[in-house]
Amino acid sequence: MLTGEWLDIGWADEIPVRGSRTVQVEGGDDIAVFRTGDGRVFALADRCPHKGGRLSQGIVHGGAVACPLHNWRIALATGEALGEDKGCTPVIPVKLSGGRVLICRASTMQAAA
Amino acid sequence: MHHQSHPAAALEREHLVVIGNGMAGCRAIEELIARDPSRYRVTIFGAEPHVNYNRIMLSPVLAGEKSFDEIVINDRQWYAANGIELVTSDPVLAIDRTARTVTAQSGRTVGYDRLLIATGSDPFIIPVPGKDLPGVITFRDMADVDHMLAAAGKGGDAVVIGGGLLGLEAAHGLTLRGMKVTVIHLMPTLMERQLDEAAGWLLKSALEARGQTILTQANTAEIVGTEAVEGVRLKDGTLIPASLVVMAVGIRPSVALARDAGLAVGRGIQVDDHMVTSDPAILAVGECVEHDGQVYGLVAPLWDMCRALADGLVGSHSGYRGSVTSTKLKVAGLDVFSAGDFSGTDGAEDIVLRDASRGIYKRVVVKDDRIVGAVLYGDTGDGGWYFDLLKRGEDIGAIRDMLIFGQAFASGGGVADPKAAVAALSDTAEICGCNGVTKGQVVACIDAGGHSLDAVRAGCKASASCGSCTGIVETLLAITLGDAVEAGPRTMCNCTSFGHDDVRREIVAQQMRSIPEVMQKLHWATPDGCSSCRPALNYYLLCALPGEYVDDQQSRFVNERMHANIQKDGTYSVVPRMWGGLTTPRELRAIADVVEKYDAPMVKVTGGQRLDIFGIKKEDLPAVWADLNAAGMVSGHAYGKSLRTVKTCVGSEWCRFGTQDSTGLGVKIERMTWGSWMPHKFKIAVSGCPRNCAEATIKDFGVVCVDSGYELSVGGNGGIKVRATDFLCKVATEAEAMHYCAAFIQLYREEARYLERTAPWIERVGVDYIRARIADDAEGRDALAGRFHVAQQFLQDDPWAARAAGAEREQHAPMARFTPHAVPA
Repeated sequence: MLTGEWLDIGWADEIPVRGSRTVQVEGGDDIAVFRTGDGRVFALADRCPHKGGRLSQGIVHGGAVACPLHNWRIALATGEALGEDKGCTPVIPVKLSGGRVLICRASTMQAAA
Repeated sequence: MHHQSHPAAALEREHLVVIGNGMAGCRAIEELIARDPSRYRVTIFGAEPHVNYNRIMLSPVLAGEKSFDEIVINDRQWYAANGIELVTSDPVLAIDRTARTVTAQSGRTVGYDRLLIATGSDPFIIPVPGKDLPGVITFRDMADVDHMLAAAGKGGDAVVIGGGLLGLEAAHGLTLRGMKVTVIHLMPTLMERQLDEAAGWLLKSALEARGQTILTQANTAEIVGTEAVEGVRLKDGTLIPASLVVMAVGIRPSVALARDAGLAVGRGIQVDDHMVTSDPAILAVGECVEHDGQVYGLVAPLWDMCRALADGLVGSHSGYRGSVTSTKLKVAGLDVFSAGDFSGTDGAEDIVLRDASRGIYKRVVVKDDRIVGAVLYGDTGDGGWYFDLLKRGEDIGAIRDMLIFGQAFASGGGVADPKAAVAALSDTAEICGCNGVTKGQVVACIDAGGHSLDAVRAGCKASASCGSCTGIVETLLAITLGDAVEAGPRTMCNCTSFGHDDVRREIVAQQMRSIPEVMQKLHWATPDGCSSCRPALNYYLLCALPGEYVDDQQSRFVNERMHANIQKDGTYSVVPRMWGGLTTPRELRAIADVVEKYDAPMVKVTGGQRLDIFGIKKEDLPAVWADLNAAGMVSGHAYGKSLRTVKTCVGSEWCRFGTQDSTGLGVKIERMTWGSWMPHKFKIAVSGCPRNCAEATIKDFGVVCVDSGYELSVGGNGGIKVRATDFLCKVATEAEAMHYCAAFIQLYREEARYLERTAPWIERVGVDYIRARIADDAEGRDALAGRFHVAQQFLQDDPWAARAAGAEREQHAPMARFTPHAVPA
């Protein structure tokens, strides 16, 4: 599970459609893994650039998530705040392989550094 | 030159052996022959007994629209005329790269100079018990079609596993052949790789209207049967009887032969731009290859690959650069098109057109003034045009406003300005198809004082039904009035041109049953709404369809999903219900135990007379609830757009001033009203005398007890703008007080806008209206209260109990955990 460039975190269908799950990294921020209405998967540090809200708990719509604390909209692909707000949350590269979700090992470890 | 066609010369030609007599293998040879018919001697091995046929056309054969002969691409005459040796029913089993030979099942061994692998793909078989039972088949070749036709001849039930293109075509064919068909699809949306949710919903509705049963988010557990298949059991236990099961869950590149031969294989056989594998003597083409990390399951890329391959074979290398794919399909007679990336990537904007009455949905995804994707349903006529603009990366900035109306409109007469286009329409041009309103009538309505969208809707009905002409009406307003246009009522959000009231009215009038249905029928401008409209729609549907609508958890704000209040550090606060603000030693002990056991850093008494336990971790919530449930406590709904608390004072039982049993009445009211979802939070208080210690006159519904009965008042709140209640009426008995309360809440539930508290609602509609509906209209009051009690039958269900028992466990647990520092380097 912990070898190679990618970390296997589970099946894509364990993430609710238009929802999110988290990956805990010891010593660091959680990672929020999202699944959109059209089945794409993204991962971001689970911290809103505004006040650190848990993005994993927000409402996922289109390719964005609304932070539960103050409703900032964060683009899932880039981590950038949308609209008038300015800020960016780190993106963790993700890929799907045979229905499994793989996240970038280096970025994950960095999140814990 | 002439001697080249001499048989002796033929022996000197290089021998090209093709493994696979399918569409890719034969197309490659056609392309080669077109370039140089005499360069190679060709032998083709096929596993099937047939000549080369069009695999894509198997669906019409199944449906009875075509015969096998009609889908043959190249008959035996073609092979003979081009000197191609065809070996059928004899699959190649091994490649010897050192000896440069292939060996087939029959034992026949043939040498090659160049080898072309075109083995295509294999159907994926989901590894469930019973997958090998007779009657379980795939949908890949003519033999599968023969199998299905034989089964359909006996009638009965069929199950198709897989709601992709292939599965739906199998289901359609079997339906036409008289079988009763159920489609089981793992994902929430049919054909999710080609269609977005809205188009998938339209497709599902249309197929259901044709008699198929479509089960989405259905997971196959096993195929049951002893001698032959008898049915399919889902993971949720449902058993679907079936004498035929078609597995159409997907395809995998057929790479076994190449892998055994030691060729580089990833997801497919890896090839370069000239379709050459890791062995320069061996080429590969079609669905079995991986080019630049991509594998393709559609026919268009195959044609591009075959061209590059043939160019390479004759020494004029052109090179394949990958394909942008589009899918234009007729699924069960329904037109569907998709191309490019329609997943709404960052910076991309959606242009959406929905024509509810004709069942049409069009969505074009634009990024930096270029089309990056498109999904069309119902009318795919402009698919080719969009795809062409997409492939050419054309700047569509100039025609953007007209783009969604299609090529004819967008490029018609060189009018690129939508205002000019609308201005150019004749007075007799029909603007609103639903109500048959012409441009002249709309303009007349505006001239007569209709200076806002709403006024036009009221005045001449244009845009008052489906709303698809809203943009044109707004343009007419702008043209006619310039800056004098009055802003209408605010729309729900940027996803729709309708306001809350219009949406609610239409949900009820058109009996809509799901969020995607509302978005389709009311022409939502986004594929799946936003964080403003989704919770509102979820509430409106829940209110309109008590006991029937299945709540969409992903359309609820986190607090209502977790049944606790999120705090700024990501922990939650938990408030157990204390009926009427009363508690017991047992409840207090349970709360104290929870505080200690889960290290809650703070406990606080709330303004509504409850105890709030702070700092509970998401993971611990189910256990906390289990402990509180064990002491008889349920969710306090302190987090919801719902009934919060009923605050009471001690009343006549203890207080020297008390006139009635205010605590007893408060408990009864809370027992009646808890669990109710509402447009916004809702607070109640019962004071035992006019001293009003429970602060009943700043609640949404307040009761002040007096000697002669109960004074009821409504529409108060604290908050940013404090508002005292308006007096509603006075009643004589507790039972009446409760009845009026139920009726008032239901009126609020049915008529207030989502996130509108009772105070602004009453200021908007006027307290006289509320009095007329609740105090003066006995029959209406009874009906409202009746509907409230019906809804409560379904809503008074402690959400904590289900979660404590394990429901939606995944919401509370991380998907994975990593301890990076324990990782070996």
